[in-house]
Amino acid sequence: MLTSQQRPGINQPDQPLQPPALGIEGVSKTYWQGDRTVDALAPINLTVKTGEFVCLVGPSGCGKSTLLSIVSGLEPASTGSVLAKGQPAVGPSPERLLLFQEAALFPWLDVQGNVEFGLRERGIRPTERSSVAQRYVDLVHLTGFERTYIHQLSGGMRQRTAIARALAMDPALLLMDEPFGALDALTRDTLHEELESIWASTGKTILFVTHNVREAVALGDRVLVFSPRPGRIVAEFPIDLPRTRSLQDHGLADKASEILAVLTEEMRR
Amino acid sequence: MAASDLAAATAPGFPLAARLWAPWLRRALFYVGLVAVWQLIASSGMWPSYVVPGPNAVTASLADGLAGGVFLVAAAVSLSRLAVGYVLSVGLGILLGMLIARFRLADELLGSLVLALQSLPSVCWLPLAILWFGLNQTAVIFVVVMGALFSITLGVASGVRNTPPLYVKAARNMGSHGWRLYSRVIIPAALPAVLSGLKQGWSFAWRSLMAGELIYFSLSLGNLLQTGRDLNDAARVVAVMVVIMVIGLVCDQLLFAPFEGRMREKRGLN
Repeated sequence: MLTSQQRPGINQPDQPLQPPALGIEGVSKTYWQGDRTVDALAPINLTVKTGEFVCLVGPSGCGKSTLLSIVSGLEPASTGSVLAKGQPAVGPSPERLLLFQEAALFPWLDVQGNVEFGLRERGIRPTERSSVAQRYVDLVHLTGFERTYIHQLSGGMRQRTAIARALAMDPALLLMDEPFGALDALTRDTLHEELESIWASTGKTILFVTHNVREAVALGDRVLVFSPRPGRIVAEFPIDLPRTRSLQDHGLADKASEILAVLTEEMRR
Repeated sequence: MAASDLAAATAPGFPLAARLWAPWLRRALFYVGLVAVWQLIASSGMWPSYVVPGPNAVTASLADGLAGGVFLVAAAVSLSRLAVGYVLSVGLGILLGMLIARFRLADELLGSLVLALQSLPSVCWLPLAILWFGLNQTAVIFVVVMGALFSITLGVASGVRNTPPLYVKAARNMGSHGWRLYSRVIIPAALPAVLSGLKQGWSFAWRSLMAGELIYFSLSLGNLLQTGRDLNDAARVVAVMVVIMVIGLVCDQLLFAPFEGRMREKRGLN
């Protein structure tokens, strides 16, 4: 069993000066809709340690996806700033990779081609590219599907390919925007386990958005609860249940209902 | 009798070779039937043979034209004009289509104009082309370009404009920008629409070429049609029409079909 305390990179007393993987300082988002402004995100402050797995839960439309999009640099913040390892992060970067609910794979490329995509953008040679890609295709258990085109893959396999494509870039931060939201329960359970073991073996920092509270408790070191729009963090729950966690676990179910109560309360306001 | 044979040939359990051949057999029978009906009408005496030539006369004219090399030379001349006009249209069409898709101003100014021009049959340009360039090859090629350009432009514009934003986000996140974003994401994503624009452009180019060549006197397929009419040689006219159709079919099969088939298969569009 694996607890967050045993994992490398978290709360290491011998690295006290290492800046956090992610700092979000007063980030808010306001946009124009027709002739009026909409506050999507109230100013958010959040620090994520290196190697930490943080889950954001909240009602749909609360701005949690917007926050991920801002952290990835694909969307500018209206106020505030995003710091990656202490440095201001402006614009998109493969260091902060966003994964989407629709896997966003390229249908004109096969699995191998998709996983190699970012490596090619980085100018890595074909032989190295293919060996790196192979490593991650193997890691997500898609060995043998390298030459398969996307339309022939199941939803779960598409998300695996997307995860391999992201990991191949070796990002410091994985931003996952309801990546398993469209999958059936069985596939989702398998992918939870796989994601957890990938996270444990690679030591990636993960910011994971979901509206599924149990999913958040099963995966996160910490669960943050968002209010309805304009989204702000209303509660924070450290999850110190031993890993790997089972969705049937009593401790997990108790924690989940505790969080759900807060969330329901928020939505009634 | 024949119908029941065919039903047996397509039924499961029948030898594989026979099932593979069944579509070809059906097609062959269809054409044989078509020619038979044609022969019946031609030999019924309802119309004189210089109005409705029979299959025999057309075949003879076709053989004559092919053996004498006239058809081949004419086809080469027509195809070379087509190639020049089409390549120009593709280059200009991609440029215009990208501009319209990329810049709001270009869309505002050119979008509706291109739509209007596309609805104008390209042969309408012929009088103007003759006034501008004289009755020569340039005028014919101009008409070809006017025929093909706007379909290609619209295909490219719609393909680029309809690239799913998610693909662009994912690619930008992985470090694509500028030209590479186009060459590796937007153009491949736009390919199905671009290809259908290219195909439509091709068939419009071919039609425009024939229209232009009808009035321009130099050996070419369109011109052979016109001389056939001048000589009251309906068999020759039909023979040339057959050649034009065959070339159209072959070009489609060689230029577009393999490419399109592979693309559709990769993306699961079949």
